[in-house]
Amino acid sequence: MQLFVEQTLNGLQLGFTLLMVSAGLTLIFGIMNIINLAHGSLFMVGAFVAADVGGRTGNYAVALLAGTAAAAVVGMFVEFVLIRRLYLRDHLDQVLATFALVLMANEAVQMIWGTRPGGVSTPAFLDRTVTVFPGLPYPAYRLAIIAAGIAAISSLYLLVDRTRIGMWIRAGTTHRELLGAFGVNVRLLYTLVFAIGAGLAGFAGVVASPFLSVESGVGDNFLILSFVVIVVGGIGSLKGAVYGSLLLGLVDTWARTYLPLGFDGFLDASTAATVGASVASASIYVVMIVVLVVKPNGLFGLPDG
Amino acid sequence: MTSLAGGYGPTQVLYDVSVEVGEGEIVGLLGRNGMGKTTTISTMFGLLAPSSGSISFDGAQIAGHRPFQISRRGLSLVPEGRQVFPLLTVQQNLEATVRASVSGDRRWTVGTVFELFPQLADRRQNLGVHLSGGEQQMLAIGRALVMNPRLLVLDEATEGLAPTVRAAIFAVLRILKEQGQSILIVDAYLQKLLTLTDRNVVIEKGRTVWSGTTEDLIASPGVADRYLGVGV
Ligand SMILES: Nc1ncnc2c1ncn2[C@@H]1O[C@H](COP(=O)(O)OP(=O)(O)OP(=O)(O)O)[C@@H](O)[C@H]1O
Ligand SMILES: [Mg+2]
Repeated sequence: MQLFVEQTLNGLQLGFTLLMVSAGLTLIFGIMNIINLAHGSLFMVGAFVAADVGGRTGNYAVALLAGTAAAAVVGMFVEFVLIRRLYLRDHLDQVLATFALVLMANEAVQMIWGTRPGGVSTPAFLDRTVTVFPGLPYPAYRLAIIAAGIAAISSLYLLVDRTRIGMWIRAGTTHRELLGAFGVNVRLLYTLVFAIGAGLAGFAGVVASPFLSVESGVGDNFLILSFVVIVVGGIGSLKGAVYGSLLLGLVDTWARTYLPLGFDGFLDASTAATVGASVASASIYVVMIVVLVVKPNGLFGLPDG
Repeated sequence: MTSLAGGYGPTQVLYDVSVEVGEGEIVGLLGRNGMGKTTTISTMFGLLAPSSGSISFDGAQIAGHRPFQISRRGLSLVPEGRQVFPLLTVQQNLEATVRASVSGDRRWTVGTVFELFPQLADRRQNLGVHLSGGEQQMLAIGRALVMNPRLLVLDEATEGLAPTVRAAIFAVLRILKEQGQSILIVDAYLQKLLTLTDRNVVIEKGRTVWSGTTEDLIASPGVADRYLGVGV
């Protein structure tokens, strides 16, 4: 039972980290209709800048702020020079152009920081454990990630659902051109949306970095998972991104814990671990296939047409 | 708008369109299907780039400006096909565009639009996509009104509506006329339209071929016969 609670919390923590990446991707892919392979690079920018700033100042809050802001600014710059030229192009052009960005970003961080930047250490007040369940001490930092994820996503939801900017974003999903005739500076709006998505990815990169080795390409894995999330959740649906992220975070974590244990029954220990781990890494794709068979547009995707 | 030319990329549609709307005037933009009325309006709002000619509004050149800049000078559009924002509620469709006029006047608000169209008030929490055609049309008009425009442009605002709904829309336009709202209007129901307009411009194949007062148009039935294929 303790193991289950612990792994469930780990799964939620992975899910919320994933959600911060995939919510941005949902805005950019689902709403702006841009396939941005470089979204994972923004995660990486956040992680690297935070590692650098954290290494220099030793202050987690400053590192978090710097990493998030850096990703948002880089995102804004990228939108301004490249992405806005891609809105009316087809997805293949977008994939090619943003894949080039990924390669450039991976080289650039190596040129700037070398292969091993300083690390972000968790802030002192979170560097302890909390007893969340009888006999189960759990790292406070991981709980804080869950809380930060909830806060970030709630703010994003309020922005999209309640504010005028959110109304324009939703109006632009279907009537991008026409929106200008209603006095909205659509280009600026889209730069802002892109920056928000980038900032969220950067934020996720910072908070996740204590669990990762911060190296070139560190965001790529999250990018792939995020695309799976938005396919499962339904393209363009923030609600879908929430359920998709949490579902995949939990399934992935549970599978990695329990499948090796399951194979233990009839294989020797080390083989069970290897087989279990490789089957587990396929688990989210099994979920994706099942969801797409049952609901071809994802859990909360709008029907075609 | 003087000697405007333009179209869609390489496809030229407009060759020589001139339209003028004076303060407080209602001008009808007439012409058969496919003659370039919607194209003229899209060009006016900066949604299409003119290839030559000039568009001036309130003394300023606006040709080549971006749509939001043009709109903020006090133009608002009820587009062909209504085009309400489907993912926003009725209320949000209005809140998204509400704005004081260039001179700071706020005659039209979400509240006064609901007074004008009580039927919309009943459906304020419904998504745009779930409205009937008539309700969508009312919403499209309301959405343009809350921008408190100096010039309101309506493109086929009664197309495909039941006669009673069409009559209701014309009644609203009459109220706007009494309030002195400047309007440029395209509408297929010529008889009704002419009870509203002060002047009319007829275009054919992207050229202005006639313009004059409504009395002149009625007094010269040959014009309507020839360019509109109907009598008046
Ligand atoms: N997106 C487009 N690309 C190319 N040509 C177009 C496009 N839209 C319209 N046209 C062409 O431009 C011409 C004028 O069309 P427009 O929509 O301006 O006519 P209209 O006078 O508004 O007609 P209607 O009464 O049918 O609304 C038509 O020949 C049409 O085929
Ligand atoms: Mg038309």
